Amino acid sequence: MNNRLINWFKYASPQSFYPLAGKMIPWFWALAAVFGVAGLYIGFLVAPTDAQQGEGYRIIFLHVPASWMSMFIYLVMAGWAALGLAYNTRLSGMMAQALAPTGALFAFLSLWTGALWGKPMWGAWWVWDARLTSELILLFLYIGFIALQSAIDDPRRADKAGAILALVGVVNIPIIYFSVKWWNTLHQGASVSLTKAPSMAQTMLWGMLLCALACWMYSIAVALMRARSIMLERERHTEWVRALLGGKSANQE
Amino acid sequence: MYWNSFSEFLAMGNHGVYVWGSVGVMALLMILEPILIAQGRKSLVARLQRQFRAEQADTTERREQGTRRSKN
Amino acid sequence: MFALIRAVVGRDLRLAMRRQADIVSALFFFIIVVSLFPLGIGPEPDLLRKLAPGVLWVAALLATMLSLPRLFADDHRDGTLEQLALAPQPLGLVVLGKVLAHWLVSGLPLALLAPVLGIQFDLDADALWVLTGALLIGTPALSGIGAIGAALTLGVRGGGVLLSLLVLPLYIPVLIFGAGAVDATVTGMGAQAHLSLLGALALGGLFFAPWATAAALRIALE
Repeated sequence: MNNRLINWFKYASPQSFYPLAGKMIPWFWALAAVFGVAGLYIGFLVAPTDAQQGEGYRIIFLHVPASWMSMFIYLVMAGWAALGLAYNTRLSGMMAQALAPTGALFAFLSLWTGALWGKPMWGAWWVWDARLTSELILLFLYIGFIALQSAIDDPRRADKAGAILALVGVVNIPIIYFSVKWWNTLHQGASVSLTKAPSMAQTMLWGMLLCALACWMYSIAVALMRARSIMLERERHTEWVRALLGGKSANQE
Repeated sequence: MYWNSFSEFLAMGNHGVYVWGSVGVMALLMILEPILIAQGRKSLVARLQRQFRAEQADTTERREQGTRRSKN
Repeated sequence: MFALIRAVVGRDLRLAMRRQADIVSALFFFIIVVSLFPLGIGPEPDLLRKLAPGVLWVAALLATMLSLPRLFADDHRDGTLEQLALAPQPLGLVVLGKVLAHWLVSGLPLALLAPVLGIQFDLDADALWVLTGALLIGTPALSGIGAIGAALTLGVRGGGVLLSLLVLPLYIPVLIFGAGAVDATVTGMGAQAHLSLLGALALGGLFFAPWATAAALRIALE
């Protein structure tokens, strides 16, 4: 059946994806480091202070990329999930499973940096701002996904159940966001809001974009690393894993 | 360069705790995550290798007895 | 199509009637949770009136959760579910029937009981009407979304807790608009907009959730 698919689909088989991922990981690490250093250099050393928020605004260079990543990763996860349900490829489920913890990490970091930003700006660690609340709910969705996948022993069922949950979540995220926004405007008026972003100077924008790119590269690298481990674990009964690991041990002996 | 001195850079206009608290935790977690994955992978590889070696020893033993292990 | 749904609803209702204790305990759970709040917060009527919509709705969400794990579990255990999945009738319609039956034994009694509990919180007649209406409109969405979670966690260890972990975040829009409707009435803003949005959620939930649930059930049955 696989023969009829297009050529690049061959990388969808773990056997050929495993070494490819291994070759790509160092490159993504290098890119993450370059973008990260450049972004932090611009953000923390070059960018001027913000008139309204003082130096505390510099958290934006961490907070915004983390929030973006937490949302993008959920979308990418749902994309893999849809691919997995449509084409029944083994790789999709593994990638979705590999991405989820990183997405949850970024959602947590977004909340953490948001709280540390909120304290000096609003005088409170936590306010029920629409964005912070949605981010919290997103973290809950990630936790649900991870919990569901780890509770099901059969990996194929775990993949598919997780895929359905991710798709249901992705349909619900906009609904949740708008309902939270509606709730927020009704209950708090315009008293506190993060929407008063500092008027973006060109340098700030560059710093933020570079930091976001660094987070992208980091996420890809980490997800590939995790996917490789998942592949070994799941495909441990196959010949290629046996050849890969057994061969090594044979050489040592 | 925007800053006049290093201490000014550290103080972040009296927001140092918040800014460096964010930077520190984010850096810590983003360094910790790949390390944990690498460690998990190392132990997984070791476990699988042990398992394969045990199976190999098992099959050679059996082969000597004249039975063939079927491919799974 | 309607005959099929009616048959499933009728069957599930008959089964539920044999286990009335389950329905009653979920209702008492609702009553007890709601009654605990004034004890924890204090008896000032103003404060209670303000908290009432949220408290009643959160308690309703939790009470709905209680009966969800058994939505498919019994049919799964005795093999009925496999028969239904193999039958020529679309599994989505069967699920819709089961969701409606679940609503009739969990959501509907909650909605009818809520005004009595609302009196404990010093809500006026208008707010009580809206509370009942909002629960009537909103609880079908809860049953629908809950069915997805019930199907995903079918036969999984720790299913009950896991189910609440999966489903409660998805309930948030219903909670916001449902409690918001009552709150808007209490503050005199009118509940029209909230109730319309709640109705949209319920219709959307009843339309889409059965198909996702059917897909999840097929995975669980593989």
